[in-house]
Amino acid sequence: MNNTISPEKTSWMLVSPLAFILGLFLVLPILIIIMVSFWDYNEYNFFPAFISENYDYLLTSKVTLDTYLKTFKFMILVWFFCTFIGFTVAYFLAFHVRTLPMQIALFLLCTIPFWTSNIIRMISWIPFLGRNGIANSTLISAGIIDQPLEWLLFSDFAVVLAFVHLFSLFMVVPVFNTMMRIDKSLIEAARDAGASGFQILTNVIIPLSKPGIMIGSIFVVTLVMGDFITVRFMSGGQSTSVGRVISNEIGLLQYPAAAASAVVLLITVLIMITIMMRFVDIRKEL
Amino acid sequence: MEPRSRSFYVLVVFFGLFVLFLYGPIFTIGVLSFQGPNGGLTFPMNGVSTYWFHDLFEQQAVGDIWGSLRRSFVLGLMVMVITLVVSVMGGLAFRNKFRGSSVLFYLVIISLTIPSILVSLGVGLIFNIVDLEVHWTTSGLGSQLTWTLPFGLLIMFAVFNRFDKSYEEAARDLGATPWQTVRHVVLPIIAPSLIGVALFGFTLSYDEFARTLLTAGSDNTLPLEIFGMTTNVTSPVLYALGTLTTVFSFFVIGTFLLIAVLLRRRQTGAGTDAGKGMV
Repeated sequence: MNNTISPEKTSWMLVSPLAFILGLFLVLPILIIIMVSFWDYNEYNFFPAFISENYDYLLTSKVTLDTYLKTFKFMILVWFFCTFIGFTVAYFLAFHVRTLPMQIALFLLCTIPFWTSNIIRMISWIPFLGRNGIANSTLISAGIIDQPLEWLLFSDFAVVLAFVHLFSLFMVVPVFNTMMRIDKSLIEAARDAGASGFQILTNVIIPLSKPGIMIGSIFVVTLVMGDFITVRFMSGGQSTSVGRVISNEIGLLQYPAAAASAVVLLITVLIMITIMMRFVDIRKEL
Repeated sequence: MEPRSRSFYVLVVFFGLFVLFLYGPIFTIGVLSFQGPNGGLTFPMNGVSTYWFHDLFEQQAVGDIWGSLRRSFVLGLMVMVITLVVSVMGGLAFRNKFRGSSVLFYLVIISLTIPSILVSLGVGLIFNIVDLEVHWTTSGLGSQLTWTLPFGLLIMFAVFNRFDKSYEEAARDLGATPWQTVRHVVLPIIAPSLIGVALFGFTLSYDEFARTLLTAGSDNTLPLEIFGMTTNVTSPVLYALGTLTTVFSFFVIGTFLLIAVLLRRRQTGAGTDAGKGMV
């Protein structure tokens, strides 16, 4: 090479815009949130101080514990359904669809909704789940129920359903990606050795798909933990989550309290990601 | 070919139900947006009309739909271009190990997984403290980039993981400068994947809600506008808007995919299989 710039310097120059943007709009905001979480506030304003009351209140309140338990409940349910659905769909695409063009076409069919609006996808459940919605009228005309079910829309059920609807793609894509890299001869070898279809699934495909499941889980878990809008909309404002608490505090202009809640949430999410990242090398799996 | 097993048919049904689950609701509001003027938010259809679409074009009692649509479109393009350029540069940089690379990589992962409301809150607080007004072209743009850049960068990692470096070596052996190698060898080979990055950049911005919530300022983007409507609009005009913007999204996605297919076809037509890695 006849240039005098070292590869390391070239790399630094190339990543500088990325580092700049993340520094300004990710690192700095986190630092500011940490700073403001120690500030004081009244009804109209918030101002510099160094108090721990925001945390004292947060960490001793029973409401916090209940909110976290509720959010974890949503997270576990959504993770379970997304993993089951995502794995099954990816398994079908990767091992039962036989031609690559067909695989790509069906894969795209699964991913297109990802590029459309989440808000509208939430709204689109209203005609299904409403009191006079499709689900209720179908069940009534089938004679299964005689009163419309009230818990279909604006309930925890609706929240979980919408989460699964919105986030199952985040599981399908990485699991499919991992499955496509499984050497097909391994499956033939297992079959030659006398394994049944089910044994191949449990002993070969599931273990080898774990990195994809882990990446999908990171997405699903963090998206549910940080959500405030799905919970608010789909529960009709009746259910709660950690994100909603923060968003309510922001609405009341209690920024320091919101910041303290945000710091605790961030630490929770970071711990979860750190644990999950131990099981997968994301850069290698891409 | 061996015959299909019974599990295949079970999985076909499962997949079909999944696709129905994905598209059924949006299809339903597509149908319901053609409600008659006296129709409600659920079935039955009270006549068929395009009344609610016309209603969209009337002066709205609340908000500014067309202004927000225009802003979302412009913002989407801005985010798309920046995401594309910064991701490609970042992708090239990360091919070599450099000091700080793992720190930066973890920052990218945090950017992707951080609860969106923290970005919204933090950026909002910064602008509040330094007494700048939040605006969709400044704070809104930056907040959205924290969401689109990780996707762009992860796609670039995937692309370069599959990239055959011997093409670059060949170019270098022929005396190309590093810039010439990138410009005439690397970029043309990865071009179809760049369409993917652009698609993510535009659509993720166009639909972004949580990170823009506190950072868009007094002028709403379209998702913010639509969410505002959900609290006070209870007529199918909501569905009409939903249908319209979803059709627009499909159109954008279709265009990007078409360009990607054409680019790839041109590559194969030119007698090289470079960059033909898996999706």
